[in-house]
Amino acid sequence: MVEFKNNVSFGTIVLYMMNKNPSKGISKVIFSSSLGTLIEWYDFYIFGMLAKTISVQFFPEGNDTAALLSTLAIFAAGFLVRPFGALVFGRLGDMIGRKSTFLLTLVLMGGSTFLIGLVPGYHSIGIAAPLLVLLLRLIQGLALGGEYGGAATYVAEHSPANKRGYYTSWIQTTATLGLFVALGVIMAVKSNMSDASFTAEWGGWRYPFWISILLVGVSIYIRLKMSESPIYSKLKKEGKTSVNPLKESFGHKANFKMVLLALFGAVMGQGVIWYTGQFYAQSFLENTVKIEFMQNREILLWGIGLATPFFLVFGALSDKIGRKWIMLTGMLLGVVFYRPIFSTFLKDTNAKEWMADKSNIVNVPFKNPVIKIDTITKANGTAFITHRKNAFIYRSDTRFIQIAADTVFVGQDGLASSIQEDRKPIYTDKILSLSLKWKFIFLVFAMILFVTMAYAPIAAFLVELFPTKIRYTSMSLPYHIGNGVFGGLVPFIATLLSASYANDPLVGLWYPIGVAALCFVIGVFYLPNKKDKNIMD
Amino acid sequence: MGVLWMILAPVVIYFLVIGAVHNIDSAGTKDINKPIPWIIIIAIFTPIAIGLMIFGFYSVKGEYDKLPDSSNKL
Repeated sequence: MVEFKNNVSFGTIVLYMMNKNPSKGISKVIFSSSLGTLIEWYDFYIFGMLAKTISVQFFPEGNDTAALLSTLAIFAAGFLVRPFGALVFGRLGDMIGRKSTFLLTLVLMGGSTFLIGLVPGYHSIGIAAPLLVLLLRLIQGLALGGEYGGAATYVAEHSPANKRGYYTSWIQTTATLGLFVALGVIMAVKSNMSDASFTAEWGGWRYPFWISILLVGVSIYIRLKMSESPIYSKLKKEGKTSVNPLKESFGHKANFKMVLLALFGAVMGQGVIWYTGQFYAQSFLENTVKIEFMQNREILLWGIGLATPFFLVFGALSDKIGRKWIMLTGMLLGVVFYRPIFSTFLKDTNAKEWMADKSNIVNVPFKNPVIKIDTITKANGTAFITHRKNAFIYRSDTRFIQIAADTVFVGQDGLASSIQEDRKPIYTDKILSLSLKWKFIFLVFAMILFVTMAYAPIAAFLVELFPTKIRYTSMSLPYHIGNGVFGGLVPFIATLLSASYANDPLVGLWYPIGVAALCFVIGVFYLPNKKDKNIMD
Repeated sequence: MGVLWMILAPVVIYFLVIGAVHNIDSAGTKDINKPIPWIIIIAIFTPIAIGLMIFGFYSVKGEYDKLPDSSNKL
């Protein structure tokens, strides 16, 4: 048994214990922190993934107030409230402790998610419905802003120096695993009921929200049993906690310049790489490539599932070679490969090329493909717009649906004068052949791999950049600006660029490519490649 | 390079304002046609751009030439 003399500080004892038996209890610390963070991500994602159904239930078209509230729910929750939550809970975490703060964020997130599932639809309670949902969504954003910094700090402050990257990388898996769980739960619920049952006012879309309360309950129970971070406890015991973390974080030049460096040299690029790999790819495959709903999610689930272990690999590697170059390599790979990858998605699913190969076609099942006829009467005659829908099936199991609207002009004499065939039919609900599906899984896997490189070491990197007494505040703000603002802007800027340069379907990629390239340059020239052994300060 | 970051910040804000002026359209249905997203984005990006200018300024002054090797030196 080791005995400490009276003049040995508590910090030295903590350091000694951590280095002597670093794994003792760490699994419990990692599990309790990661589970809660995973659930918070799950809660945040299900709202986005069910946005279409939620919009129908709470924000009906044609109502200007509901439309305004819908826009606020989408933009304010991610862009304004998340960074604000980082400041509010970061300050609390530095003043009263990590454990209490990230327990509070968990309760807020779980409670608001559950309550969203209980709000009656617009048709039952009118404008109160979107108002309540907006309020609860803002609470979700606020809670998310406070959770990550607490969990990352808590795990890092329990970790020995030589395994800080590896242990905190477990926290880094949660954002991706949260997406994985959210996708899985929604798919499971949806596949067990009809579309009408799923989208009804009290239908299946509410189940993922209700499930949250069980997950949060378990996580709260586990977290309540945890003790405060030893490094923070030491600081508190010595009376050295910050009285004004916001002022010390952003008002003191020495620390503020590191906040700016963290944002522009690391988190900004990581945020766009993260968002593009996990969300923009899914949206692009569904809305631009038009892959069928379930197969699209299957591709994403495989890609995420195969790539997720690499968070741990790169986290551990960062303990050996430093954080900087792993993060920057992830960004550089995104800059170089995004356009070729997304271009391959488009080229390989060109339905016109599939149709040109007549030898492989198996069946065109619709004998009468016309589904609707619109009549337009003009002074010089009548025009009929015939909407037709055809399904094409190939030997390779490739399938898709063609939707076209042809126009038949009929003169005043009642005879058809001309037929104008739709030159730009829509090819949708594409189901890929097995080989092509696995090619797409590989490409999604590659993009998530870039995410794991950019994202895995970032918690350890941020923790090591700032002193204990203002760590929660200092690391939370740049993290949520990088991920919530820079990352969250990817779809908006993509729409903006697409509106200006309509001929290039890949134009939206220039935003993440540009931001990641800028961050890479700043990172190369300014970031230190350090592994701070002592985070007790 | 610090000068580059200082110039980049107002350029970003300029393009955001121009983007808002060109795209806000009461007849449009997309998010880029609504004023609220632009107001939120410009409001949140203005302090970020100011931060980029300060980052450039610090860089010009040589603040990043030698970084502390431990956070206790902050």
